[in-house]
Amino acid sequence: MAEQTFPWLTAMIVVPLVGAAVLWALPRGARRHARAVAVAVSLVVLALGVAATLAFDTAQAATHQLTEQAAWIPALGVSYALGVDGVGLSLVLLSVVLVPLVLLAAWREHPDAALADGELDPAEATAGDVAGDRIRRYMALVLVLEAFMVAIFAARDVFLFYVLFEAMLIPVYFMIGAFGGLQRRYAAVKFLLFSLAGGLVMLAGVIALYLQGPGGPDGFLVENLVGAEMSTTTERLIFLAFFLAFAIKAPMWPVHTWLPDAAEQAPAGTNVLLVGVLDKVGTFGMLTLCLPLFPEASRWAAPVIIVLAVISILYGALLAIGQADLMRLIAYTSVSHFGFIVLGIFAFTSVSIQGASFYMVNHGLSTGALFLLAGFLVARRGSQRIADFGGLQKVVPVLAGTFLVAGLSALSLPGLSTFVSEFLVLVGTYASNRPAAVVATLGVVLAALYVLWTYQKVFTGPVRPELAATVDLSAREKWVVGPLIAAMLVLGFYPAPALDLVREPAQTSLTQVGVDDPQATQVASTTISEDGSDQ
Amino acid sequence: MTSAFVAPEIPWAELTPVAVVLLAAVVGVLVEAFVPRRARRVTQLVLAFVALAGALVAVAALWSDTLATGGASHLGGAYVLDGPALALQGVLALMGLVSILVVADRTEDGAEDAFAPTAAAVPGSDFEELARRRGLAQTEVFPLVMFALGGMMIFPAAGDLLTLFVALEVLSLPLYLLAGMARRRRLLSQEASLKYFLLGAFASAFLLFGVALLYGFAGSVRLADISLAVSGVSGLDPLLLAGALLVLVGLLFKVGAVPFHSWTPDVYQGSPTPVTGFMAACTKIAAFGALLRVLYVVLAPLEWDLMPLMWGVAVLTMLVGTVVAIVQTDVKRMLAYSSVAHAGFVLVGVVALTQSGISSVLFYLVAYGLATIGAFGVVSLVREVNAGPGGAVVAEATHLSQWSGLGRRHPLLAGSFALFLLSFAGIPLTAGFTGKFAVFTAALEGGLGWLVVVGVLASAAAVFFYVRLIVLMFFTDAVGTPGETTTVVRSEGFTAVAVGVAVVGTVLLGVLPSPVLDLLGDVAAFVP
Repeated sequence: MAEQTFPWLTAMIVVPLVGAAVLWALPRGARRHARAVAVAVSLVVLALGVAATLAFDTAQAATHQLTEQAAWIPALGVSYALGVDGVGLSLVLLSVVLVPLVLLAAWREHPDAALADGELDPAEATAGDVAGDRIRRYMALVLVLEAFMVAIFAARDVFLFYVLFEAMLIPVYFMIGAFGGLQRRYAAVKFLLFSLAGGLVMLAGVIALYLQGPGGPDGFLVENLVGAEMSTTTERLIFLAFFLAFAIKAPMWPVHTWLPDAAEQAPAGTNVLLVGVLDKVGTFGMLTLCLPLFPEASRWAAPVIIVLAVISILYGALLAIGQADLMRLIAYTSVSHFGFIVLGIFAFTSVSIQGASFYMVNHGLSTGALFLLAGFLVARRGSQRIADFGGLQKVVPVLAGTFLVAGLSALSLPGLSTFVSEFLVLVGTYASNRPAAVVATLGVVLAALYVLWTYQKVFTGPVRPELAATVDLSAREKWVVGPLIAAMLVLGFYPAPALDLVREPAQTSLTQVGVDDPQATQVASTTISEDGSDQ
Repeated sequence: MTSAFVAPEIPWAELTPVAVVLLAAVVGVLVEAFVPRRARRVTQLVLAFVALAGALVAVAALWSDTLATGGASHLGGAYVLDGPALALQGVLALMGLVSILVVADRTEDGAEDAFAPTAAAVPGSDFEELARRRGLAQTEVFPLVMFALGGMMIFPAAGDLLTLFVALEVLSLPLYLLAGMARRRRLLSQEASLKYFLLGAFASAFLLFGVALLYGFAGSVRLADISLAVSGVSGLDPLLLAGALLVLVGLLFKVGAVPFHSWTPDVYQGSPTPVTGFMAACTKIAAFGALLRVLYVVLAPLEWDLMPLMWGVAVLTMLVGTVVAIVQTDVKRMLAYSSVAHAGFVLVGVVALTQSGISSVLFYLVAYGLATIGAFGVVSLVREVNAGPGGAVVAEATHLSQWSGLGRRHPLLAGSFALFLLSFAGIPLTAGFTGKFAVFTAALEGGLGWLVVVGVLASAAAVFFYVRLIVLMFFTDAVGTPGETTTVVRSEGFTAVAVGVAVVGTVLLGVLPSPVLDLLGDVAAFVP
């Protein structure tokens, strides 16, 4: 492990928390600067993230680096242990990149309650009122969430992971419940109950796992728990407790039903973080906790999980095609994409796991862009129904163009980053489980259907008269979407840096789970390197 | 049996924590008689604070010695001061201190406190109206609370069954009185008082009958002697089993475990809210202390006969408390059923019968007590207002619908209430989570995996009703014109301090629980 000089990860956790506290404590007179403060804080965190990446040694991406460790609750065996491997780092980076964009996108949302309720005449409202007190609270919640997101991807202690896993639900709960649409209360409660139910079952697993391990003041460290001796039945039961929580989080069919409701009601920025980052905790947990901690049980459950993943892929895509609501549609496409990620992880080839790890980042980029653009559309139209749009291409060409790129990324068009990851997942899976790969490929076809149909309905055809005056993306909005589109293109043509981060961790995961790479994937990985896009 | 009576040596030092509190209670009665009315309240307040602080200091002074020696029994075995007993006394003194703050608050305008001006007056009579207009205050509340606390502090330290019974009565009788003293909705309060008294008397009778049977079995009421006798028997002795069951019934009643919980909702709802907070927190702590002692010291050898029963009680308590709480429409009743559910979670730790069971139960009780006192403190401030211009404050607004939109108008108050609810729900980074974690760990160590699974499922269901209240407060607009039917009276300062202490404690025990966990972990086993 590299010599630790500066606690980068802790800094990335503390800065947003302090920022949130500052926002909450901001005196009344200074509240109109709240948005600027929030964005500045998130940019500082982004800078810290970049610096941490520079301090990270990609050549040893499989080992946890930037490690920090301190005793937290020795009596319970809990330590505050942080550190990232390549997968963790890429997700931390994804989080700190998305947060400033989300904050910037929300700049003009959530006017003050008095304004929204009509108690205050808009003509008399000052700039401070419009910017509002609500936006200040919303941004503070986003910053709190950012701290939790960084921490959970960097957690090396199972207890710490669990605590964050549940604690991060609370800011999201408030972000949906206080700032969402008409059915927000129902959606927020459903979201929280689903996640907590899974989380509490996992709690039983966490405790049971600790009792199987060596114990002691750092008995919850992942590295101390790996290889703990337990009976096959115990291992499988604990695995199931963990997996259920992760499957709900991910979300996989059949425990995905909370996501469409939450996504429909939540503001666009919340969706970006919820689907783009938070749900990755589920797949991240499967990859970094389930595989190394329960290798036997993982192998035992893999066939069933692969079936569930394939069902998720097809089911999500099919339901996406039938959606009338823009946000629900994107949510269902995510169910499909998460199916691919889970499929890649449990196909047990180094190529598919590598693809799944990379997929997690790409899905964050493409779905993030889709949700943000959908949010811009909804803000202009005042409706989320796809049927309320039409012919916007001629009125708002930039919005239409960026939406198309983001959509094409969702259907994994070659040249965009999602293609690389989806291809790796399918190639890897083909080597170990041919039928699953073949059926999953149908999902790609369906993806073309839901993306292109939606584009057609919203942007092509005759311009609706009520939409004729729609304004195109403002400079601020271009700055929000631009970086995401750029990242998709750059990583699409030159994925090597990102793939370097996840290649060795994928190999390590495979070793930990005790499966040999099938011969065919060796061929596949050479093909990629010859392709030039890999190395 | 013919030996001459030997006067026991009285260990004053070891008795200090209890003696200080009881002394303050007696002096408090004298204050009522001799101090002029104007000065009574201040005198009572100072007396109570000083006594409880003194009790805390005494506990601290005894701490290291008791832990080093493991404790000893005194007064001919009637009083046992060991680690758990001392820890519980400290916790009780601390919780009592916070509770007294809520009890003492008369609100900013000094006339909206929770207690009737003269509880003896017939509700609605001229006499009551006269007392109200003259601004009388019932300062007897303080000595009553102190007596109850004294009894509670003896309860877990009782070394024989008679002391146990006496302590039970000393803690119960003042509570029966306190339950009937609400200023508003007096008939409901008096009904609560009567119900509590009747059912409590039944429970006491059961306990006493059990004591008699155990005496018949062992020839002694001392826990140590009974424990010896129990380990000597093989097979089932009907006297022993019946006696043990009856004693357990008495204790489970005080704890509020199903099926002995039926008094809880009515009494919690009818009692003055500060008293509800006090008895929900402190009575439960004391009763669980006594239950732990009886189970661990006397009945441990009966594990295989009694434990299935206790498992059943734990499961029932968790499930009934949770399920029934879901359909409540009154805040106080909801919190009452939630307290029943929490009794179930604590029982999971109790029946673990492991060393870590004791400390985890203690920690859980601290976390639960803090959140309970804080939550009822908040409830005591939310009031109904008469419709119409300048309407007077009428009573506490306890119907759930009256809480909607509270978060928008009173973010701090609603925020702290939400924190207590999250702690009840066991969300990480609050004290409730650490407590639940500790209890479940103890139970798993004790080999009760299935019980933990039930507990986990029950807590998942319990989240629903806690979260529903948060939805009401933060995500729902007030019914009708905001601020007209429900208002928040300003605290005189005491309740605010109590809620603040509870908030800080709940967060600290959630984020940095180590010092307290270590402290309670040092608490050695029970001394027979």
